[in-house]
Amino acid sequence: MLKVTIDGIETQVKSGTTILQAARQIATEHPEHSHVVPPAMCYYTPLEGSGGKCRTCIVRVSQGSEKDPRPMPKPVASCQTQVMDGMVVENTTNPDLLAARKSVVELLLINHPLDCPVCDQAGECHLQDLAFEHGAAETRYEEERRTFERIDIGSHIQLHMTRCILCYRCVYTANQLTDERVHGVLFRGDRAEIGTYIEQAIDNDFSGNVIDVCPVGALTDKTFRFRSRVWFTRPFDAHRACDKCCGKAVLWMAGDEVLRVTARKDAFDEVEEFICNECRFDHKVKDDWTVEGPRTINRHSVISANKYKAKDKTVV
Amino acid sequence: MARKILLEHAHVAGIEGYDVYRKMGGYRSVEKALKTMTPEEVVDEVKRSGLRGRGGAGFPTGMKWSFLAKPEGIPRYLLCNADESEPGTFKDRYLMEKIPHLLVEGMVTSSFALGVHTAYIYIRGEYKWIVKILEKAIAEAYAHGWLGENILGTGYSLDLYVSPGGGAYICGEETALIESLEGKRGNPRIKPPFPAVKGLWQSPTVVNNVETLATVPAIVNEGGEAYAEIGVGRSTGTKLISACGNLNKPGVYEIEMGVPVEEFIFSDEYCGGIPDGKRFKACVPGGSSVPILPADLMLKTAKGEDRVMTYESLSDGGFVSGTMLGSGGFIVFDEDQCIVRNTYTYARFYHHESCGQCSPCREGTGWMEKVLHRLEYGHGREHDLDLLVDISKKIEGNTICPLGDAAAWPVAAAIRHFREEFEWHVRYPQEALVRNYGLGRLEHYYGAVGV
Repeated sequence: MLKVTIDGIETQVKSGTTILQAARQIATEHPEHSHVVPPAMCYYTPLEGSGGKCRTCIVRVSQGSEKDPRPMPKPVASCQTQVMDGMVVENTTNPDLLAARKSVVELLLINHPLDCPVCDQAGECHLQDLAFEHGAAETRYEEERRTFERIDIGSHIQLHMTRCILCYRCVYTANQLTDERVHGVLFRGDRAEIGTYIEQAIDNDFSGNVIDVCPVGALTDKTFRFRSRVWFTRPFDAHRACDKCCGKAVLWMAGDEVLRVTARKDAFDEVEEFICNECRFDHKVKDDWTVEGPRTINRHSVISANKYKAKDKTVV
Repeated sequence: MARKILLEHAHVAGIEGYDVYRKMGGYRSVEKALKTMTPEEVVDEVKRSGLRGRGGAGFPTGMKWSFLAKPEGIPRYLLCNADESEPGTFKDRYLMEKIPHLLVEGMVTSSFALGVHTAYIYIRGEYKWIVKILEKAIAEAYAHGWLGENILGTGYSLDLYVSPGGGAYICGEETALIESLEGKRGNPRIKPPFPAVKGLWQSPTVVNNVETLATVPAIVNEGGEAYAEIGVGRSTGTKLISACGNLNKPGVYEIEMGVPVEEFIFSDEYCGGIPDGKRFKACVPGGSSVPILPADLMLKTAKGEDRVMTYESLSDGGFVSGTMLGSGGFIVFDEDQCIVRNTYTYARFYHHESCGQCSPCREGTGWMEKVLHRLEYGHGREHDLDLLVDISKKIEGNTICPLGDAAAWPVAAAIRHFREEFEWHVRYPQEALVRNYGLGRLEHYYGAVGV
């Protein structure tokens, strides 16, 4: 086991653990220390090869290891940097690092509109949280921003490239979950686009998962778009017998009406088990599901608003 | 006259063909290495030579070779990086075009040293005529038994292929090169793992520049120590420099490391000075990605010593008063050249070539180009200069691969050393346009702003 200290909190991790995973381990064991977890826009545990691109998870390593205590000269991507024994990491305790992260947020927001009031991802958007926590009040970018028409890629998914931050999560999902992938990255640099081959439909059985992994509102569920703000819905864990996937999902309901079906996500908003399109899009009736009970939303985002729980009353 | 190692026979008629090349002593290193040396001895010889990678980074070649993982039962690969895309750098093209067999010989000898049985030359797509030259040389090498099965009856076998790329600057970065060679989009990989552990097809791989590999035959033939005697300190041997810009004699020169910069620019043996007796204003000595230096700092270090053509001397003073030898793309500017325009041109290039994987490079390069466009076309503001420096700091060191640094350094250095010129563009935009583009452009500008 290796010893690592993040923001003054020490823990032991297995060899090969990254700084981000070590921080998540601390936050899981001690939820009161959740501030040690760096934000991540492109890293996604279930997707092999993801991470290292968005640079929002950068941290300052103030001591490389017990053997070599020299600090690392520049901030490192915590999702890709493995822990060494005795490593000391600063996530929220270093002002320079917070300034560097603010820079990354500024760059990410160059082309991503802050149209949260009309965006379907509002409340579940990682960039919204990131901008709120690390962003500047004003932008220095005065040039024209890039905009796109919305594209329907299949009967259930809408792509709005204007909001895409090119995290590649959907590309990895398509690569690793679906057969005959038809979408990927076209062009390069800031002209790069997520696109399909001549606007082909994505109709693979597991294609709906690209919606779940998208950290912003670029890929949205057409069966849910604009039907409700997410914080007005009530999430319930539910399952059904499915011969394609695990059949375990979250039903987002308004009264008895199922507005949306998604996969179940963990405390870090990563899908635990991917679900098929049939579960996601074709069973929007409560009777098709066995409802297990209300789902606890761990994220501190507005998504957890209005999810009241009755306190136990002591009857005298 | 300086000693020549790579271009010694470049002037010989027909040297691009096998017969003449062989007559001039070609393929001796293959004979020597395969028949009289072990692979480890070849690696040691390269280590002794002090040869540093000629692609730009200057990492010791022998050390790089010794990092190569050698697991049993897994193939190893040698890749020649001939994706010469750095603006101002055109030395590898000259070498491959003039003496293609030197590269083939270098690759056979190096492959033997590394225990490689399949090697590739990854060449930029725009060099398609050189692809034909290389393919002819490789076919001749196969025909005469220098490639293929059981070379010289020693039991050693090697196949060598030429693979043209799609013509993207980023494919010169070693991991992007590997991705491209595998048939994928040329995006850099996140390191570690390094190619020496997991490279082409997840196998241990060495990626070396054309010039580096072409130097190996001389080191094997004459010995590493003899090679190390040339040059100064840790910058050993000779180096190809592609000189361009405002020079009387632009071209590819082979210099002994340690030639004074002043001698290289002004002597008749090399570039022959600046045309029309104009003043030497600035220089980018290592390809467009390295920091630009004004003439006084290019000729003398901040300590007042003569600046010489070595890795150490050119980088003396760090980025405050130094630059880098890089790939040897030596670009000289006379007094008439506009640094703002030049910086804008570089920024356009790096913006265009950013792969778009990581956000600082993807968004930052575009932002820098747009701000520089404003400055160049007469709409700059005073605060734009500090904004540019700030954007370059956001990009530098924060990206997956060095393209971010390559985009940031020229902008930051240009403002550091030529701030007055940028400020002049802000204060007198119309004069700045006249100076750069002549009357036609001025009329266009007046039309645009309605003057």
